[in-house]
Amino acid sequence: MKQITAVLWVVAAIVAFWYIACIPMNIDSALNAAERAGEQVDPPNAKERMQENDIILVWDNSFAIPDTWDQDRPRLPAPHEVITELWDSTVGKKITSKRSLVYHGWVTLSATMLGFVIGTGLGILLAVGIVHSKVMDLSVMPWAIVSQTIPIIALAPMIIVVLYSVGVQGIIPKAIISAYLSFFPVVVGMVKGLRSPDAMQLDLLRTYNASQSQGFWKLRLPASMPYLFASLKIGIAASLVGAIVGELPTGAVAGLGARLLAGSYYGQTVQIWSALFAAAILAGCLVGLLGLIERTVLRRMGMAQ
Amino acid sequence: MIKEKKNQPVVEARQLDLTFQTNDGPIHALKDVNLSIDRGEFVSFIGPSGCGKTTFLRCIAALETPTGGTLTVNGMTPDEARRNRAYGYVFQAAGLYPWRTIAKNIKLPLEIMGYSSAEQDERVNKVLELVDLAGFGGKFPWQLSGGMQQRASIARALAFDADILLMDEPFGALDEIVRDHLNEQLLELWARTEKTIGFVTHSIPEAVYLSTKIVVMSPRPGRITDVIDSPLPKERPLDIRDTPEFIEVAHRVREGLRAGHGDDV
Repeated sequence: MKQITAVLWVVAAIVAFWYIACIPMNIDSALNAAERAGEQVDPPNAKERMQENDIILVWDNSFAIPDTWDQDRPRLPAPHEVITELWDSTVGKKITSKRSLVYHGWVTLSATMLGFVIGTGLGILLAVGIVHSKVMDLSVMPWAIVSQTIPIIALAPMIIVVLYSVGVQGIIPKAIISAYLSFFPVVVGMVKGLRSPDAMQLDLLRTYNASQSQGFWKLRLPASMPYLFASLKIGIAASLVGAIVGELPTGAVAGLGARLLAGSYYGQTVQIWSALFAAAILAGCLVGLLGLIERTVLRRMGMAQ
Repeated sequence: MIKEKKNQPVVEARQLDLTFQTNDGPIHALKDVNLSIDRGEFVSFIGPSGCGKTTFLRCIAALETPTGGTLTVNGMTPDEARRNRAYGYVFQAAGLYPWRTIAKNIKLPLEIMGYSSAEQDERVNKVLELVDLAGFGGKFPWQLSGGMQQRASIARALAFDADILLMDEPFGALDEIVRDHLNEQLLELWARTEKTIGFVTHSIPEAVYLSTKIVVMSPRPGRITDVIDSPLPKERPLDIRDTPEFIEVAHRVREGLRAGHGDDV
């Protein structure tokens, strides 16, 4: 109960801050509308208002404050506007509609999942190689680290262009960008996990004269499970970011990234914010789902009490 | 397996030397160690930290390689003996896999060695009974006390047919009451299985109570300072520790430890 109260307080504080931030952000357009409607505005001239500090405008025209929360094209949309848009574009539209966030969300989700599977598989394979081979440890690991220092926003268009030129388009390039971001946490986590058995555990297997593959399947792999799940949670969030970034340079056809881009082309801030929230909710659901799988698997294995 | 070798010592070390190369220079872990252990003996290695008692046990198990001298286990090199699964090893920590039940933990060496699953079940039940853990096979390690976990790890070492049991301070992390109890059980187990046991300990009463032979070691370089053949009978109730014979052996061990220490203490 105490926790729920605390959580609600934090949410309330964020929402309150958001509403307050809307006032100076949107006061200009609210006052323009008020002026057109024939109301007394101070200063009366739009050009002068542009020069004026937004806080002072609010101070001098406090009557317009409610209007700042109800703009057609606000600079910063109010929470209820975003929620309304989210509701309209998910529940209010047919799933097949190009305006449905469910449709766009699905486009992004499918690329995310494909990229996540590729990235996770690649990450695990690399980790297995790195743990078992000194040469791979020295040669692959530095490149894996370097790969993550390049901003994905710079790399994504090039991946898409290069793949397009060899005839690959659609979901695959996005999935590859996703995989590019998600393999790294898996490599790092799995290397740590596969190396987590201590010297005593390895000695014990040696006294049984166990082979390397027995050591892998019976000791290293099960011991790495908690590490794997921690990595997967980071990896899936990174995957989603990758898929969205991958949608930005494709000319905005479909997907949450396309929705973001279209929103910013046409100054539809409400649309941008609702797409952002859709992405955040999607990421939250994915991480939550992984957490659920984690708890089930680890409990089955007897590793969670 | 080889009947005519019955009288040959199980472990025989001649002028065994082991030097570790470290960044701070070479460390002489074992120097000129001569020892033979006969079939069915219970041999304790006692001495302060750094005297090489664990290192010697690890040499027998082929977990370390001596840099000089000869060492045979069952008439073979230690590494051959390891590959023939000649011994079971019990570490200071139980080291049970948290993702396996007790029964599955005991099955681990059996799976690795390729026993049939019917035989695995049979052996698990047998050794669980041997260490007094019958009925706990389905529990996970965290559901058991430290003493029970260590018993399960002993059961794991007994599950396959190694006739040597090497134990490296197996009860070191347990409290004295549990330790007394386990010592009593270990003697019982030894009597029933007739295994040869090598046992590393810090505790003088434990060494004297358990062993037919006590090897006193001292550090820098690690070497044997005294080998005591215990005059105590094979049948040993816990209160044997108050008899004059027991106290006398304990005294001799203590003297040996003190002599080995030189001016260090």
